[in-house]
Amino acid sequence: MCAELLPERITLDEWGYPIVDDRPLSPELVSHAQRAALACPTFALLVERERRRA
Amino acid sequence: MSTVIAATGPSAYWYLTRSSGTVALVLLTLALVLGIVDVGRWSTEGWPRFVIDSLHRNASLLALAFLGLHIITAVLDSFAPISLVNAVIPFTGVYRPFWLGLGALSFDLIVAVILTSLLRRRMGHSTWRAIHWLAYASWPIALLHGLGTGSDVKSTWLLAISIGCLVVTVAAVLVRVSLGWPDRLARRSAALGGTAVFTLGLLLWLPSGPLGSEWARRSGTPAKLLPHSASHASAGDKEASG
Amino acid sequence: MIVSEATQTAELTRSGTPLSGGGAGDPTSETVPAPGLPRLLEGVPAQGAMSLDRHLETHGELPTAKRRDRRGASALIDQIEQAGLGGRGGANFPMARKMRTVASGRGKPIVVVNATEGEPASLKDRTLLETLPHLVLDGAALAARAIGAEEAILCVCESAGAGYERAARAIAEREQLPGHWPRIALTAAPEGYVVGQESALVNHLNGGPATPTFTPPMPFERGVRRRPTLVNNAETLAHVALIARHGARWFRELGLEDQPGSTLVTLSGPLAYPGVYEVEFGASLSSLVEAAGGTSTRVRAALFGGYAGTWVDGGALSRLALSSAHLAPYGASLGAGVVLLLSEEACPVAETARVTRWLAGQSAGQCGPCVHGLDALAGTLEQIALGGQGRRGTERVERLAALVSRRGACAHPDGAVRFAMSAMEVFANELADHARHGRCEACARPSELPLPARPRPATAV
Repeated sequence: MCAELLPERITLDEWGYPIVDDRPLSPELVSHAQRAALACPTFALLVERERRRA
Repeated sequence: MSTVIAATGPSAYWYLTRSSGTVALVLLTLALVLGIVDVGRWSTEGWPRFVIDSLHRNASLLALAFLGLHIITAVLDSFAPISLVNAVIPFTGVYRPFWLGLGALSFDLIVAVILTSLLRRRMGHSTWRAIHWLAYASWPIALLHGLGTGSDVKSTWLLAISIGCLVVTVAAVLVRVSLGWPDRLARRSAALGGTAVFTLGLLLWLPSGPLGSEWARRSGTPAKLLPHSASHASAGDKEASG
Repeated sequence: MIVSEATQTAELTRSGTPLSGGGAGDPTSETVPAPGLPRLLEGVPAQGAMSLDRHLETHGELPTAKRRDRRGASALIDQIEQAGLGGRGGANFPMARKMRTVASGRGKPIVVVNATEGEPASLKDRTLLETLPHLVLDGAALAARAIGAEEAILCVCESAGAGYERAARAIAEREQLPGHWPRIALTAAPEGYVVGQESALVNHLNGGPATPTFTPPMPFERGVRRRPTLVNNAETLAHVALIARHGARWFRELGLEDQPGSTLVTLSGPLAYPGVYEVEFGASLSSLVEAAGGTSTRVRAALFGGYAGTWVDGGALSRLALSSAHLAPYGASLGAGVVLLLSEEACPVAETARVTRWLAGQSAGQCGPCVHGLDALAGTLEQIALGGQGRRGTERVERLAALVSRRGACAHPDGAVRFAMSAMEVFANELADHARHGRCEACARPSELPLPARPRPATAV
C-alpha cells in the first residue's frame, strides 16, 4: 500500500516489499509519506526528521 | 387482541433500534468482507489497496456508530427493560437475557477490535493480529443476536437481509480459505469447519427457533410483556406487529 | 603465496564437523612468537580452565574499587580510552565511548557479556571461557564498577557445554572471595548466527525472541529490563582486565598507533595447527600461518571476518598484515578475528553456495527482503554451481545483492551479500568454468568451510 501512497519514493521489489528511495522529501510529500507510513501493516516505515548526528 | 400494554404501539425508539441494528449488521458484514479482500491483497487500477483498506476501516467505524445508536435507542425504548449495563455486559439483562447478551458480547468484541486497531502502534504486530481475529467471532454472534432478540424476526425483509449477510460472509470466508489463507492447514480446516457447522446449525435452528411458535416466550421475554391470552396460537403477535 | 613444505597432513575438520579446538598433541591456543606476547593467553592451560589462584598468580590481583568510588571508576574508563581499546565482537567500536554513554544513561546500568559466538568459524570466545574464564569475569566486574552497574550477565550459547560449566565453576570460585561484587549471573542463549547481535541478545534477556530490532531505543539507552545496557564481547572484557592492571601505555606497546594492542584470531584451514592465536595488530599473515605450522596445500583464497566477511585471493596473502588499515584496501576486515584459508583442492563455488544457503537459513525471518532475498541468492548460487547459468546467473546475483543490502533490521543480509559478492569477484574463473561445464570434480569433495550441522560437542581438552 505504501507504494501506492508514495510512488515518488517507494517501489516494490519482486516479493512485494518496499524499496525506499531515501532522498529528502519536499514539503508537499511529507503528509503523503506520513500516510504511507501509517498504512503499513507492520509499521516497517519511518518518517524521520533530518537531524545533525554527532 | 387483548394486551397488557395498550394501544401505544411500538415507539420511535423501537423502530430506530431495529433499523440501526440491521444497518450495523450490514456494515459489519461489509467491513468483514473488505477485511478479507484487504488481507488477500487484491487490487485493480481503480481500486488500489489503500482504498480497500480505507473502506474497511471506515465501514467498521460506521458500523460502530450505528451500533452506538442501536444501543442508545434500545435503552431509551420503554417497551423492553434494557439498561445500558445490559447492553455492554453480556447476559445481565431481564429481557431475553441470552439473546440480548449475545449482542452485548458482540459489541464488546467489536470495541476491542477497533480500539486495538486505533492503538496499533503501541502493541506488537502479532498481538494486534491475534485480537483482530476476534472480528470473525463477533460477526456470527451479532447475527444470532439479531435473529434471537428482535421481535419481528419473521418479517421477510429482516430475514432476507440476515440470510443475505450470511451468504456474503460465507462466500468471503470460502474465497479466503481457497486462496490459501491462513497459512497453516490446520487453521484453514478449522475455519472451513467452523463456518460449515455454524451455517448448518443456523439453518437447522431457525425453523424451530425464532421462526417457530412462541419464540418470544421461549427466548426469555419477561412474562408481563407477553400477551396473556392463551388463545393466541402464535404468541408474540403483538410484538410481531411492529 | 604461503606454501609449507611440511609433509604431515593435519587433522582437518570437514563438512558438518565443527572445528575442534583441541585434541591430543596440537596446541589449542598459541601465540605468534613476538616480544610482549602472550598477554591474554599467558599461561593458558593445556587442559581445563585456569583456576582463580593460578589466575591471580599469573596476572596479579584485581584492582579493587570501593562500591562508590566514582573517581576510581572513571579512572578506568580514562585508561581504556587512552589505551584505544576497540570492541572485539566485530565492529571495533571504541570501548571507552560505549562505557561513557551507558554510564550516563537513565537508570542503573547493567553489563552483558556476549560470549555466544554465533560465528561458526570463530572459536576465541569459547576458548576464553573454557580455559581463561577469570579474565573475562574480571573484565566484567571492572566494567560494571566503572559504569556504576551492580549486576552483570554472562551469556553463553546453549550448546556450549564445557564453556557453560567452567564459567559456572569460575563464578562459584569468585563468590568465595570476601568483598566480591558485583553479582555475575550466567545464562544461556539459543544457537543462531544472529543471536549474538546486540539487540537480539537484549531481546532474549528480556524474555522475548532472540531476534534483532532496529527501532529505538537502543540497548545503551534502554536494554535489559529497560536499563542502560553495556553489551560487550567476552574478549573485549578480557583486555579490560589486563589494562586495569598494567595500564594504557603497556597496552599500546604492541600493535599499531591507530589499532593498538593484541587480539585473538581463529585461524583455520589446511594447516598443521589450526586454532586460536593471539597476535598483535599489524602482524603479518605469514607469521601467523608459520606459527600454525604452515599449510599442507596451496591456498586458493582467504576469508577474513567470518561468513559476513570478504574473500581475498591467495596471491595477495603474502603481502597481508592483520589490521584494519592493511585489510581495508582489499575490502576486508578481521571482524571478530576470523581467518579461514581455503585450499586449492576445494571447489570455491560449491563452498560459497553452501555457506550462503546456511546464511539464508539463519535469517531471523523478520524482514521480507532478507528472507526472500537471501533465499533467492542462495538458490542462484546453487544453480551456478550446478552449471549452465552463464552471465544471467551472475547478473541475477548482482541484482539481488543490490535489492537485499541495507533493507533489514540488522546487518545480516548485508554480510551475506558481502560474502557472496567478494566470492564472485575472487572466484570469477571458477564461476565461469561452472557456467560452461557444470559441476567440477572438486564439488564432490567434503566441504572445508565449517558449519554447525549439529550442536557443538564439548571440547575434549
